[in-house]
Amino acid sequence: MNKLITAQEAIGKIRDGDRIMIGGFGLRGCPDELVDELVRSGRKELTIISNDLGSPNQGLGRLLTNGQVKGLIGSYYNWNSEAVEAYNNGKISVTLVPQGTLAESMRAAGVGIPAYYTPTSVGTLLEGVKEVREFSGRKYVLEEAIHTDVALIRASRADTLGNLVYSKTARNFNPLMAIAAPLTIVEVDEVVEAGELDPETVVTPHIYVNAIVKRSSK
Amino acid sequence: MKELSKEEKQERIAKNVARIIDEDTSLTFINLGVGIPTMVSNYVSRSDIYLMAENGMLGVGPIATGDDINPDLINAGRQPVLETKGCSYMDSAEGFGMIRGGHIDATVLGALEVDQNADVANWIVPSGKQLGVGGAMDLVGGARKVIIAMTHTSKTGPKLVKRCSLPLTAKSSASIVVTEYAVFFFENGKVTLKKIASDITTEELARITDIEYVVSEQLGTMAE
Repeated sequence: MNKLITAQEAIGKIRDGDRIMIGGFGLRGCPDELVDELVRSGRKELTIISNDLGSPNQGLGRLLTNGQVKGLIGSYYNWNSEAVEAYNNGKISVTLVPQGTLAESMRAAGVGIPAYYTPTSVGTLLEGVKEVREFSGRKYVLEEAIHTDVALIRASRADTLGNLVYSKTARNFNPLMAIAAPLTIVEVDEVVEAGELDPETVVTPHIYVNAIVKRSSK
Repeated sequence: MKELSKEEKQERIAKNVARIIDEDTSLTFINLGVGIPTMVSNYVSRSDIYLMAENGMLGVGPIATGDDINPDLINAGRQPVLETKGCSYMDSAEGFGMIRGGHIDATVLGALEVDQNADVANWIVPSGKQLGVGGAMDLVGGARKVIIAMTHTSKTGPKLVKRCSLPLTAKSSASIVVTEYAVFFFENGKVTLKKIASDITTEELARITDIEYVVSEQLGTMAE
């Protein structure tokens, strides 16, 4: 099966109202060209699951500026004043999740664990109405896996099968989204033949990757 | 009591956190938050510590400039950094697992308030202007030691308070608080003044500190 497709074909798989995980921390490790295409597509009522929303009208911020966002699930929107304003005006819903919990809940979704207990957020506003249970005298909050319809991720290199290698701290949430999503589309700088990546260096095995889009610019 | 400029406060706080790290060799793997904590690495003299960034790196080097900047290599404050020998990368789940799992010996973070119970508030002032928690709750709740590096007072008064009034980041989690005037240790439910700056008296300090504490029998002087 040929997984190499264009950005347009990739975004054609997304529907209005979808939940979309998008990789990156700040503007790093974000699949920019897929996001460009998503902006062009005008798909709307989207729920974006990501660490942050880039900056106003930059990176993922463009989706909000373009009015395509219904809800956000993530950890940090202070880098994007537009997101804060849209939430305050009731234009979008926002679910704040501690960053480590966000990552772990994606991992849980990908490895068949529906929920897990974590000490993070106990006794805080973000504990909310979640179940709290004590283990060995310490309190833990029950967190559920975070599921999605699709993941748009960024890696540095893929082979034609879809095995992925990342670049430094641009890795961040990308491998976790790859395993969490039933449909994972990766944007890469370079595609090599299967067999050319050192198997010991592959971070995301190709079983998790459905489509590969090669970047048009470096 | 001598009034200090913002820069003098920051430098003194960073220097004294660095001294704690230099003196406690059980602190090897350290996470530095944004702001004053980032400055700490400039003053640490030990060479056997390893800095981790929760966005996925163990072995964070100094801030990168000019041609050395690699856009894919940033710390959790989004600043470009350099690699160190023996550094490694990981995804965000493993980065936070390292913290939550107790493998990180200490985190150094700023705070808005710390109270008598060692509860820490450092993620939000409910004003409608902020919408983000980031890794604050994972770090304060997860690191083995939580070193708070903050100015002693805010415009509205003491930051060391009987009970936090701002939303908490984590309960019973502060281990050490370093301000420009004092170093407090939070141990076994009790707060001890371990060091005091040379330009403030113990009476003056008590007036700007709204928690109960005992003065250490070996009260030391802070680095200037």
